[in-house]
Amino acid sequence: MKCFRMYLIAAVCAGSLVSSMLLTGCSSIAQGVAAVGQATGVVSPQQAQSIVRTASAVGKTFQDITPEQEYYIGRAVGATIVNQYQVYDNRDANAYINLVGQTLARFSDKPETFKGYRFLILDSDEINAFAAPGGFIFISRGMLRLCTSEDELAAVLAHEIGHVQNQHALKAIKSSRVTSALTILAAEGAKNFGGQQLADLTSQFEGSISDITSKLMNSGYARGQERDADQAAVTILERVGYDPNALIRVLDRMEGELEPGGHDFAATHPPPESRIKDLQAMIETPPRATVPARQARFNGSMSGV
Amino acid sequence: MMKRMLCMLPAMLLWAGAPAPVSADPAPGDALSVQVQETQLRDRPSFLGKAQSNLAYADRVTLLALQGAWMQVQVPGGGSGWVHSSSLTEKKIVLKAGAEDVQAAASSEELALAGKGFNSDVESEFKRQNAEIDFTWIDRMEGWDVKQNDIESFLKKGGLAE
Repeated sequence: MKCFRMYLIAAVCAGSLVSSMLLTGCSSIAQGVAAVGQATGVVSPQQAQSIVRTASAVGKTFQDITPEQEYYIGRAVGATIVNQYQVYDNRDANAYINLVGQTLARFSDKPETFKGYRFLILDSDEINAFAAPGGFIFISRGMLRLCTSEDELAAVLAHEIGHVQNQHALKAIKSSRVTSALTILAAEGAKNFGGQQLADLTSQFEGSISDITSKLMNSGYARGQERDADQAAVTILERVGYDPNALIRVLDRMEGELEPGGHDFAATHPPPESRIKDLQAMIETPPRATVPARQARFNGSMSGV
Repeated sequence: MMKRMLCMLPAMLLWAGAPAPVSADPAPGDALSVQVQETQLRDRPSFLGKAQSNLAYADRVTLLALQGAWMQVQVPGGGSGWVHSSSLTEKKIVLKAGAEDVQAAASSEELALAGKGFNSDVESEFKRQNAEIDFTWIDRMEGWDVKQNDIESFLKKGGLAE
């Protein structure tokens, strides 16, 4: 359940952003801010006390970000990714991966995000794919060239949907930033945005985008998160009727293509070999041949890629 | 969805400061809010079900029944239909929150404020400070919504979801 804990904490940790105060914890921020709010007449003494009381109790729960805010984070992460790459501006190819991807998303555990899933091809020879929060998914031409069938393409996209579904990117945001954002949000809630508050909130936003893009492009997810995304992919592929073994086939091919120490997928993912081992334990159905119509449309849309 | 609800249960209890009757599962009769920008009320619990009408962000509905990840809901002033649970929350979402709503949210687990926090104002400020980051393609992507009919025909022609 999207539980809007973020809002709650925001409401209880009311205050302006002072970095030294943040280090001392939510409760003391709330006390300071409640005092400020009270002095300026924004909140009543009772309200101030209430904020302080609740703040000390909820101080630890700030994991959840609403779908609406996840969407804005996803847009900025997506724009940052696009800024580092070129876009493969091929209408047919992009329409096709959106058809495959959005169909897969409907069969995921999280078919509905704030504005839905979208897919875009990056004009890069790198073997790579990225999932930004809220469902903005990017796949490189290099990765597409590695896929020889719609089932394999679906496997790669389903893995990325798995990251969105599990909100892995959001988990890369430093918790101090979330706390800070919440604190500013609460102050903003008490009156309209001041210029300084907007600047402070934007600074936390910027930091969050940077946390995520750095995770996506440099450090990569934890092995357990990749396994979760693979598990989600297998489930989605089975629900739609694709061959889940297609994911193993792509990884197998990747194994031969990736350069150790390279800057692409190799740098940000566990070795394909280890993922294949995990996948073999997850998949119970034997590999099966694709349908000719499926292969024909894949060949038609991906021929220029 | 329920799993997530369960995992935050201890936090909710802690927050309440006393054993509170926190319901982990929405039950028939519960009021729910739409937490996505737009979703459809369908005639059966499936995306292949016919869309009867649209529901918008913060719309309130009443839960009638659960089936897997789908919820049958009643819309104020009339009809009922099925909505995927990922588009609903048990919170009441306030579209234009004022100071009173913020205070109410502080003392209630049942309120959420729309349009607060990371929002379009923050994005505008982010764009102003990062002029090199171009959102054109992101805006363009958003327009690429695949229609239900196209998905159905795509599945059928590909021998999928049978």
